[in-house]
Amino acid sequence: MSELVYEGKGVIVHIKGPVVEAEGMRGAKIREVVYVGEERLIGEIVRIEGDKAIIQVYEPTGGVKAGEPVERTGEPLSAELGPGLLGQVLDGLGRPLEVIAEKAGGPFITRGIKAPTLPRDKKWQWTPLVKPGDDVVAGDVLGTVPEGSVTHKIMLPPTIEKAKVVEVLPEGDYTIEEPVVVVEHIGGKEEVKMYHKWPVRTPRPFREKLAPVELLVTGQRVIDTFFPIVKGGTSAVPGGFGTGKTVTLHQISKWADADVVVYVGCGERGNEMTDLLHTFPKLVDPKSGKPLLERSVLIANTSNMPVPAREASIFMGITYAEYYRDMGLHVVLTADSTSRWAEALRELSSRLEEIPSERGYPAYLPDYIASFYERAGRIKVQGKRDELGSVAVIGAVSPSGGDLNEPVTQHTMRYVGAFWALDKDLAFKRHFPSINWLRSFSKYTGGLREWWIENTGHDMMAYRDKAMALLQRASSLEEVARVVGEAALSDENRLVLLSAELIKEGFLVQNAYHEVDTYCSPKKQALLLKTLLEFYDRARPMIDAGVPISRIAEMKSLGLLRRLKFVPEEEFENAVKEAIAQLEAEISSLLAEVR
Amino acid sequence: MSVYGLTYKGIDQVKGPLVIMRGVPGAAYEEVVRIYSEDGREWFGQVLEAGRDKVVIQVLGDTEGLDSNAMVKFTGSTLKIPVSDEMLGRVFNGAGEPIDGGPKIRADDFRDINGAPINPAKRDYPDEFIETGISAIDGMLSLVRGQKLPIFSESGLPHNEVAAQVARQAVVPGKAERFSIVFAAIGLKYDDVLFFRRQFEEFGALSRSVLFLNLANDPVIERITTPRVALTAAEYLAFDLGMDVLVIITDMTNYCEALRELSSAREEVPSRKGYPGYMYSDLASIYERAGRIIGRPGSITFMPILTMPGGDLTHPIPDLTGYITEGQIFLDLDLHNRGIYPPINVLPSLSRLMKDGIGPGKTREDHKEVSDQLYAAYSQGTKARELVQIVGEAGLSPREKLYLEFARRFEREFVAQGFRERRSIEETLDIAWDILSILPEAELTRISEKTLNKFHPKRRIAARAEGE
Ligand SMILES: Nc1ncnc2c1ncn2[C@@H]1O[C@H](COP(=O)(O)OP(=O)(O)O)[C@@H](O)[C@H]1O
Ligand SMILES: Nc1ncnc2c1ncn2[C@@H]1O[C@H](COP(=O)(O)OP(=O)(O)O)[C@@H](O)[C@H]1O
Ligand SMILES: [Mg+2]
Repeated sequence: MSELVYEGKGVIVHIKGPVVEAEGMRGAKIREVVYVGEERLIGEIVRIEGDKAIIQVYEPTGGVKAGEPVERTGEPLSAELGPGLLGQVLDGLGRPLEVIAEKAGGPFITRGIKAPTLPRDKKWQWTPLVKPGDDVVAGDVLGTVPEGSVTHKIMLPPTIEKAKVVEVLPEGDYTIEEPVVVVEHIGGKEEVKMYHKWPVRTPRPFREKLAPVELLVTGQRVIDTFFPIVKGGTSAVPGGFGTGKTVTLHQISKWADADVVVYVGCGERGNEMTDLLHTFPKLVDPKSGKPLLERSVLIANTSNMPVPAREASIFMGITYAEYYRDMGLHVVLTADSTSRWAEALRELSSRLEEIPSERGYPAYLPDYIASFYERAGRIKVQGKRDELGSVAVIGAVSPSGGDLNEPVTQHTMRYVGAFWALDKDLAFKRHFPSINWLRSFSKYTGGLREWWIENTGHDMMAYRDKAMALLQRASSLEEVARVVGEAALSDENRLVLLSAELIKEGFLVQNAYHEVDTYCSPKKQALLLKTLLEFYDRARPMIDAGVPISRIAEMKSLGLLRRLKFVPEEEFENAVKEAIAQLEAEISSLLAEVR
Repeated sequence: MSVYGLTYKGIDQVKGPLVIMRGVPGAAYEEVVRIYSEDGREWFGQVLEAGRDKVVIQVLGDTEGLDSNAMVKFTGSTLKIPVSDEMLGRVFNGAGEPIDGGPKIRADDFRDINGAPINPAKRDYPDEFIETGISAIDGMLSLVRGQKLPIFSESGLPHNEVAAQVARQAVVPGKAERFSIVFAAIGLKYDDVLFFRRQFEEFGALSRSVLFLNLANDPVIERITTPRVALTAAEYLAFDLGMDVLVIITDMTNYCEALRELSSAREEVPSRKGYPGYMYSDLASIYERAGRIIGRPGSITFMPILTMPGGDLTHPIPDLTGYITEGQIFLDLDLHNRGIYPPINVLPSLSRLMKDGIGPGKTREDHKEVSDQLYAAYSQGTKARELVQIVGEAGLSPREKLYLEFARRFEREFVAQGFRERRSIEETLDIAWDILSILPEAELTRISEKTLNKFHPKRRIAARAEGE
């Protein structure tokens, strides 16, 4: 946030919750950040009517009076981008929560606190990559500093199109306020520091958008195999309360094979952020060997924090994500929940007395949702280098009453590549993740066949289709069984049910809290699914031979197959062999019995 | 030009609970005002809109008798209540004034009833198991200290009994604690209040309790302040005095209805079923006051009770609540009608903080897996029961019959227990194994080999036989 203050101050004339009206604001721009009242609360101009500005205030306005001043900053709401983001926990405006606690002098959040996102006193180990005389363009790497689990590239900011390097600080430790490079361009000389600011509502530029093709491995079987998301892809997770949205997002933030994770807690529970803060320092990122926290930026604007800041938090988060993408990194952004963000928009719209559209949401809701998901993608970065970066966006959606027929879910569905519909009935019986395999979709499966073959040696998409067909057959049989009872079905059909049950229990159900089951590598996923699918093929001849289904259902090896997923990766291949051997033995003895 | 302490004569308009004034340029947003009528009556109000030209005041209490000659005094402060340890053992109304005939509270401090959000980075993660002695809760919906876990009920169900039993029996095993209860009644009948009072008295907790009563015939508008006042007291007891506070607030449905009434008086655009669009955030500002704080000894464990209109879980009140709280305990009319106490239906119930509160060193190493298996098996059992309605018991497969039997025993032996019965977590888990062992081992897919070997009754017998 800039401290630059314009001469003329406005005057508050009306306060109604977070919406404040001020006069004497001629020349102010829409979306300009202002400081409201004696306590200088942070606000943003959302409407201008002549000399009057309507301001949305990001902090509680209790005690503010007409007649108090409004200061202008001349700048839009911006994010500070530079080393020091990773490992931070920020509020929706990018203020570090630790600094807020320090300045507030206690565990409760007070108002009017100004706290820059990046630490000013911390020194970073700078390695220059340019020398005086070099020609550089926007996006070119000027030098690097190690940050958390990444090599942080200090780039020529997008605002300087091209320039010549005139001065470079030698290798050494510097704070972000020290100009590490001086460049010269048409406008004259300009100091480049290790950080710059970027307006959060403006997407950061890139050279070219490419089709996303590489699986984003999440280690969650039903996702990777059935409804995959790719690096640079988008996905939505809708579901009523308690269906597993948050756990799904937490799992992805922990296990996804990304370089950087941005987690936005938007209008949700405080303890869920605390949970992340407790676990992330302890979990190790397999890529870097460092604690997960060091690849993460956490944004916490919980449900009891000011509503307007929810709206800002999502844009803040996506801007951080784009920044790391620009370094040529793979970034995942998870947002829990985009519904609370849309509701914040609705609340503002209703206070501004705009004409409501469906369910009170403003007519521009779809554009708004699109503008967020549009910022995902796999791109060629700016500058003279051939690097790719990506931002994948995964948003939870919290439909009221759990009914997916509501505007936020419906509009989101149009813009995402994958859709994981969570199901209350599955959640009630603790089938987690409760992703309904008939109502979910992924548009990325087609492009991933090659990926699976290359990376696991299995044609996983073929297994997927086979498993899906089995599940679909089973669900129509279940419809019948619901009316006539399972006992009335033929043994052949009951074998279909049994085999589908095995896929559900043995593959789809995955316990986030089980030390082994919490993550499943693509290799293990492939071998597991292949093995479970073999059950049906091997058991089928027994039905023809007249082995009763009740005897098949009692086989001990079925228990082994159902529990294979709990076997650690190192022992997995052996366990599969043993289970198959036992299955074969049991099958031959059952066949011998009927002969 | 401040109007602090200034008194104005004359108001422009009274509109339901709203008072509109002009020419009060220095009124502060949310400041408290006192209004006096010529015949000496007094009202409390709060500034809803502060403008140079127009001020809108929300009046607490019935506005009947208010006229344009009233005097309005602006206090320059938000709504605050006095707090001190003298609150313990006392009874207050929904505005925080004593109603037990005792003396005024000598304030240690005055606190804003809206509190302030706890900084998420300063929360301590709740992970201490509270043993309530109720199997369905301890075994499958474990409560932890600092959790907000509501009871979703319907009128006629024994939610008061369940809450009172939790209050009476709850302990954190192996911990000495300074326990206290903050109880708030919102729009309740006096009978219900008496029930809780007698319960607290019976187990000797009355002197460690603070009661806030807004009865059915008390001002509707005070239903808005009651939970906030109660939580302000709870925060003081917990985070200033270091006590472990259990907050019981009943009935949150009456709170939500008061909120709806208020919103409609303000002519706001309603959301689902007429409730305001901001009800989610409003409820969150209440529920999120539960928890623990790093470096402070106390805690607020919050058990609000709400009745679901029409027993409908998707009604906005339980729906928005479930989106905020850390789970829910669902009471079921059908179980109640079949004589099961407590009538907890575990399937739509949930404790989100259970995972870190249980397991080795806290409860028992098999706890998580047993609980998962009970859920899976009971849901199969209820499915079988539905089928019986259609095809009769004879139409069931042997496997389905087994699950039907499982569901019966689960409800009668595991869920059902006495109002005064207290089961240890070991007893609870042992009962669970007893019932699970009627299922073939291949069905116990949520339980690992290791746990089966150690805890399955049949394997334990087999192991013992082998050892001999
Ligand atoms: N993959 C999973 N493994 C185990 N338990 C899960 C899983 N997903 C969800 N759960 C259970 O469901 C509960 C609710 O999940 P959560 O993600 O908080 O739901 P939501 O965000 O949709 O309200 C969790 O507390 C946990 O008990
Ligand atoms: N401001 C609002 N906030 C939340 N929900 C709203 C709001 N306005 C309307 N709704 C919801 O949308 C529904 C339909 O709204 P309405 O404006 O009456 O549209 P229609 O004319 O199509 O009925 C309402 O019943 C309510 O559930
Ligand atoms: Mg959630």
